[in-house]
Amino acid sequence: MSDYDVVIVGAGQAGAQAAIALRQLRYRGTIALIGDELELPYERPPLTKAYLAGEKSFDRLLIRPSAFWQEKAVDLRPGCRIVAVDPGARQVTAADGTTIGYRHLVWATGGAARRLDCPGAALARVHSLRSRADVDRLAQELPAARQVVVIGGGYIGLEAAAVLVGAGKQVTLIEAQQQVLARMSGTMLARFLEAEHRSHGVALRLGTEVRCIEGRDGAACGVRLGTGELLPADVVIVGVGIVPAVAPLLAAGAHGGTGVEVDAVCRTSLPDVYAIGDCATHANAFAEGARIRLESVQNANDMAGTVARAIVGVAHPYYAVPWFWSNQYDLRLQTVGLAAGHDLAVLRGTTAARSFSVIYLRQGRVIALDCVNATKDYVQGRKLVESGIEVRSDLLADTSVPLSQALQSDGILPTRAA
Amino acid sequence: MASLIVTTRDGATRPLPADAGLSVMEVIRDNGIDELLAACGGSLSCATCHVIVDPAQALTLPPPSEAERELLDGLDQVAPTSRLGCQIAFDERLDGLHVTIAPES
Ligand SMILES: Cc1cc2nc3c(=O)[nH]c(=O)nc-3n(C[C@H](O)[C@H](O)[C@H](O)COP(=O)(O)OP(=O)(O)OC[C@H]3O[C@@H](n4cnc5c(N)ncnc54)[C@H](O)[C@@H]3O)c2cc1C
Ligand code: FES
Repeated sequence: MSDYDVVIVGAGQAGAQAAIALRQLRYRGTIALIGDELELPYERPPLTKAYLAGEKSFDRLLIRPSAFWQEKAVDLRPGCRIVAVDPGARQVTAADGTTIGYRHLVWATGGAARRLDCPGAALARVHSLRSRADVDRLAQELPAARQVVVIGGGYIGLEAAAVLVGAGKQVTLIEAQQQVLARMSGTMLARFLEAEHRSHGVALRLGTEVRCIEGRDGAACGVRLGTGELLPADVVIVGVGIVPAVAPLLAAGAHGGTGVEVDAVCRTSLPDVYAIGDCATHANAFAEGARIRLESVQNANDMAGTVARAIVGVAHPYYAVPWFWSNQYDLRLQTVGLAAGHDLAVLRGTTAARSFSVIYLRQGRVIALDCVNATKDYVQGRKLVESGIEVRSDLLADTSVPLSQALQSDGILPTRAA
Repeated sequence: MASLIVTTRDGATRPLPADAGLSVMEVIRDNGIDELLAACGGSLSCATCHVIVDPAQALTLPPPSEAERELLDGLDQVAPTSRLGCQIAFDERLDGLHVTIAPES
């Protein structure tokens, strides 16, 4: 049994950043950073981008070099899975039965890749892409693979499809909805991306159900669609979201459902137990206060800062504009704000130029932008989202007027009329 | 090995051993200097890797891309030789390059 002032469970983006932020705030207590993966904390975004493409070595994904953690007196405990939390005794229990005591517990476990619940989902050569181990396993099979079927048209599926078609594979991407990125973006961006993927050679199957994954000798050999059609596959990639890893916390009595509920400073309903990152359901100011989970580096880092300040006694409510990026082919996608619930989408620029933005409004206010090779819009649009004031939507589409001008007095309508 | 000279926010200046093939941001991070958040890991989306290049050396670097300039323009405080550390690829020819970590924004 060992005790720490702060025990962080989950050594991913949020957990690592929480430890970093505590030391930056000159916190002197003892810190354990416990994670079930074997690696030092690393960045996940390159997993389906430069790392999968073989353009970046794993070392370059490390959030900090190994010596850093020693220098900052952060006890790393890799390969350690926490299975239970006892909020009364203030301790957590690892899979091997070891108990670790805490004064403050930070739950930063992210989520496990969601599995398909159809026959064949557990066959060999069916891959999810959440961890380095996942991607390395896939990479081993790729040289011998010709046909790849990707299930799920979210960011991870789209990025993987782009890299693999670039590597000369024959790629089919299946999406159950009628558009890609259905959960986060409007149809304008989706239609553009769909056309891009098609022009690069990806076969897109929208509005398509998967019945099962067919196997031969224990390994996937194809994907059977709802229509009965069989798509042959040497490798199947499943990118259908995550299931937040919150079972031990909920079992200990924390409020939550698919995630664990936290308040404005990331406290759960259990005493001195915080939750941050992908697993934390919080009221987000940029979603009109709706309780949501965000799966992004921005959210992981900013919640890590929130928790660190709360622990050192200078609590500040979580308030941060959501942002996100993705790279597909030579496209740089940058998103700021949350588009859900928009009542108007304005196209700024033309998709044919492969440099444009989609600006999402709700009741005359800009709530989000999806920018494609349009960093200037991303930068200036962020200020529109932050300000939350009404803008003239007719100015937004005019590329001769910088977005920053929609904020200046002549761009602002005194009332909602017109 | 080539070195990158860095002035940290406390004003201290020191040389860091720098592997060719890494970015200036990565050299700073990998040498244990904990002053750049570099949130997007070099994806040109966060501007939290802001450094200021010694004006005498600025012209020895390849100029910033349009996207880098646009991201820098969004910062509240920029110097004439401000750069994003993730966008400067370090190599032997840049031996002795001196950058100052920009104040926290
Ligand atoms: C392939 C991929 C690409 C992405 N691309 C982008 C992008 O371009 N931009 C962006 O903003 N975001 C991107 N994301 C999302 C981003 O990486 C996540 O939002 C971020 O990593 C969340 O941080 P986290 O700490 O909450 O979870 P994670 O980083 O997942 O870390 C959680 C850690 O906890 C461990 N763990 C879980 N349960 C336990 C337990 N019981 N005991 C011990 N350890 C446990 C997990 O194994 C994991 O190591 C991407 C994600 C993936 C997978
Ligand atoms: S690390 Fe994000 S822009 Fe340089």
